[in-house]
Amino acid sequence: MSDLDISTGKHMGFAWGPGDILVYETLYKAKGTCMDPLIRKDEDIYSPILRKLFNESHHIFVGLQTVGEDVPSKNKKPQFVSISKNYRSVIRACMEELQQLVSILLAIELIWNLCEVLFIDAAPAGSLLLHLLDWVRLHKADVDEKTREVLQSESPAEHHNYWDVVVSYVLQGRVEEARQMLVKQANLHPAARGMFKLMDKLLSKMPFYNPRSTQTLTEFDVIWRHWHEEVDRCLQDNSFSSNQHLEFICKILLGDEDSLLECKDLLGTWYHFLVTRLLFCHPTVKPTDLHYYAQSCMTMFLDSRSVSEPLDSILLASFEFDIHQVIKDCSIVLNNWWFVAHLTDLLDHCKLLQSHNLHFGSNLREFLLLEYASGLFTHHSLWQLAVDYFDHCPEFGRVYLELQIERVPLETERKALKVLRVCEERQMSEQVRSICKIMATRALRNNRLGSALSWSIRAKDAAFATLISERFLQDYSTRGTFSDLDLIDNLGPSMLLSNRLTFLGKYREFHRLYGQKHFSKAAKLLLSLMTAKIAPQSFWMTLLTDALPLLEQKEVISPHALSSCSKSVPILAHATASTLRLSRRVQGETGQAAYAPPPSVELEYL
Amino acid sequence: MESVNAKYVSQKVSRTRWRPVSVSSFQQPEIFATGSWDNEDNKVSLWSIGNYGGLGMEDGFEGDPQLLCDIKHDGDVLDLQFLDQERIVTASSTGGVTILRHHPNSQTLSVSHQWERAHRYPCDNAPCTSVVCSSPEIVSVGEDGRIVVFRADQEGVCRVIENADSSTIHAVTYLRTTEVLTVNSIGQLKLWDLRQQGGSPSKILSLSGDRVPLHCVDRHPNQQHVVATGGQDGTLCIWDVREESSPVALMEAHSAEMWEVHFHPTNPDHLFTCSEDGSLLHWETSSHSDMPSLLHEGSRNSGVTSRSAMAPAGGNKSLISAWLSGDSSKSCLKTSHMLPSQTLSVNSLDVLGQCLVCGTDGEAIFVNRQVLV
Repeated sequence: MSDLDISTGKHMGFAWGPGDILVYETLYKAKGTCMDPLIRKDEDIYSPILRKLFNESHHIFVGLQTVGEDVPSKNKKPQFVSISKNYRSVIRACMEELQQLVSILLAIELIWNLCEVLFIDAAPAGSLLLHLLDWVRLHKADVDEKTREVLQSESPAEHHNYWDVVVSYVLQGRVEEARQMLVKQANLHPAARGMFKLMDKLLSKMPFYNPRSTQTLTEFDVIWRHWHEEVDRCLQDNSFSSNQHLEFICKILLGDEDSLLECKDLLGTWYHFLVTRLLFCHPTVKPTDLHYYAQSCMTMFLDSRSVSEPLDSILLASFEFDIHQVIKDCSIVLNNWWFVAHLTDLLDHCKLLQSHNLHFGSNLREFLLLEYASGLFTHHSLWQLAVDYFDHCPEFGRVYLELQIERVPLETERKALKVLRVCEERQMSEQVRSICKIMATRALRNNRLGSALSWSIRAKDAAFATLISERFLQDYSTRGTFSDLDLIDNLGPSMLLSNRLTFLGKYREFHRLYGQKHFSKAAKLLLSLMTAKIAPQSFWMTLLTDALPLLEQKEVISPHALSSCSKSVPILAHATASTLRLSRRVQGETGQAAYAPPPSVELEYL
Repeated sequence: MESVNAKYVSQKVSRTRWRPVSVSSFQQPEIFATGSWDNEDNKVSLWSIGNYGGLGMEDGFEGDPQLLCDIKHDGDVLDLQFLDQERIVTASSTGGVTILRHHPNSQTLSVSHQWERAHRYPCDNAPCTSVVCSSPEIVSVGEDGRIVVFRADQEGVCRVIENADSSTIHAVTYLRTTEVLTVNSIGQLKLWDLRQQGGSPSKILSLSGDRVPLHCVDRHPNQQHVVATGGQDGTLCIWDVREESSPVALMEAHSAEMWEVHFHPTNPDHLFTCSEDGSLLHWETSSHSDMPSLLHEGSRNSGVTSRSAMAPAGGNKSLISAWLSGDSSKSCLKTSHMLPSQTLSVNSLDVLGQCLVCGTDGEAIFVNRQVLV
């Protein structure tokens, strides 16, 4: 695979080896073409139809991670098969809407289906062929179209595609439908009735393995050989020699290579050819023998003129049960990590990656999931899906998430809350603090002090709460009144987050009490504020100035209490003394005698 | 709920709202609007679930919603309300409030009027978080702590209450025709009398404990003093706004932010909540229970713990709000999940008649046409 580096005009290549991926610069372009240039790494993330794929598969992925943990692994197979089918139905749902990318999705579905049959369902000999027949039938829909065309015509048996339809049915092992079609031909040629009856008999007696019956594979094999011999006898007897079509069909039933190769156009692909050949030559094929036949069929079908496509090598690797190669080829050919990431994850759950003794076993799964999820994270919307994928990457998922989540832009508070919830649920405290700090700073810049405080409470960020409180106190110092009273009056327990905040709340309470003329309570509060040492230095003068009018109240502050508290804080004591002198002077001027300070104070600190 | 079908819509759904049906007809709602968020190009879309005579509907989720029309929206759709049958009001993350008009003949949506930057900071945009309307009046609130009143037929803004709040106002609802209630991110409910010119609320209520931010609010359809709120920690609170501060009932509902709470408009014994934790809960309380209700007309014994108040002799039951007596441990309150587990956040829900629609961050819409109310 190569990518064009726009800046330097050079190409990038990479090779994937055990434990490593090597990326290098090269001037040479890759040989051959990628499957379809329509999907490029960055663009397909943005296709609206593929978004449905991402979202629906995310849902399936999350469900898969928790499937039957208490159930023994051999009983999990039906669940895995069902999950595999879910993935495929999601692909098909997208296909229905997306005509352009159908060829890619068809190929993906084809590969996934084969992987399901061979790896996940792991059909044994006997059932294997039946599954492969289903696989081929599913991916060769044009037969039914042709049939419709033929049946809708006036005389179906004389339609130019009639025999193509019949032969196609036979090639796909759809004997019932073939028989029904042949009846129409038989009706046209009453003279040859005997021949048609014979063909009908042969077709009806064609044995198909029934996995649910008590018949063993050996027994089935015996019956099949018997039938095969009977068909051969009919051919040798020249029973069909007067009708070239029927004779041709007879040869197909015998699995004659040359006849099958004559049907290249009807078969379309080498893997259809493979399955048909197995159907008529080796219906009891074992999974381990598949690759012999696959290789030879591919060689026979594709002559030297046709180019082997990437899809072919992927399918071949599947028949060889080389999962590693399948994943590697898919990663290279498909520019999108979606397919390999999900398929590998499912295969890993089926414990298939380990048994193949890969150099980096389950790390392969994690590598692919990390790549896929990182891609999702670059999307402005799909980053939320990526979180679940990172969660299920035990080694590096958390690190990746921590790095990526901080880069999500936070345009609104609602989005910030969602990102925050992701971080909190995973105890990513550093990220929580950083996000809250960003939001709080932004709020502060816009003078939304309440919002800023709300964010610092969420982060339990005492330092920021202190900062906000300082802002309030600054405002008060300059303007003489509090702003945002609705906030300060209702701090509640969050007041305890930082000393400064507590001071702010209590100081406001002091003002309230004073305003309501609860002087003794106010004074007590003021005293406790002074003694508790939570007042910022800049505020001490203010506090003392506030104390002044209270000192004039008769019963309120005892000078003894005031001086005793001042003893513990020398500077405060000095200020207290000054205040007391001031108050005495005031009293002197106004003639109000309230009290006299104890002489000891005066002597010590003057 | 195994047979729930999701309709994937390739956009994260921030709001879903049923188009109102006339009260006189007993029709079920057919059309709903959705708004998207977190896209480079956000959209407002109209969908139809077209009730095809109700034949053969086994489970409530049959029939995919079909897209009728959509229109680009500047910024995230943070709120969406139907002003009337044809007009939709949206609140945008750019701070704008827009009226969209639906033209049923051509099946298109167009912008009827736009107030850009209704919410703003001095040097920046401020998202408009919520909008509520009582035609022709529209009230919007935003992260800038401002309350703005518009009239649908007027160009400019009717009235602005500057600095209504020092924190973000998350939601607003009408209490009476002239009174609105807002909730903010420091856990306060504020009542505003729109007839008064001042810039301060007529009342402030808040939680007694931690000041958990409140994200959504809804008023009881019949009893104007009963209000439900949902908070950041997922608690559902029921308030009696006539009372003092604290909520009357507090219930642990979800494990993450509750984004929307709705009383059923015609069957208010049913309440619905949805949350960031991916669940949608249906709360059902029975007003005709044998359990004594704590708040009734005569005495005003507020508080959840006392169970000694007797139920009134009879007759007044319709006036008692069963919500005011509840806490989740009592048997008269039932909750049930309405969605399969493991969805991403359910951002919005709306319920009308027997139909419920909700939208998620997993870019899916769920419609249930057989809600048991």
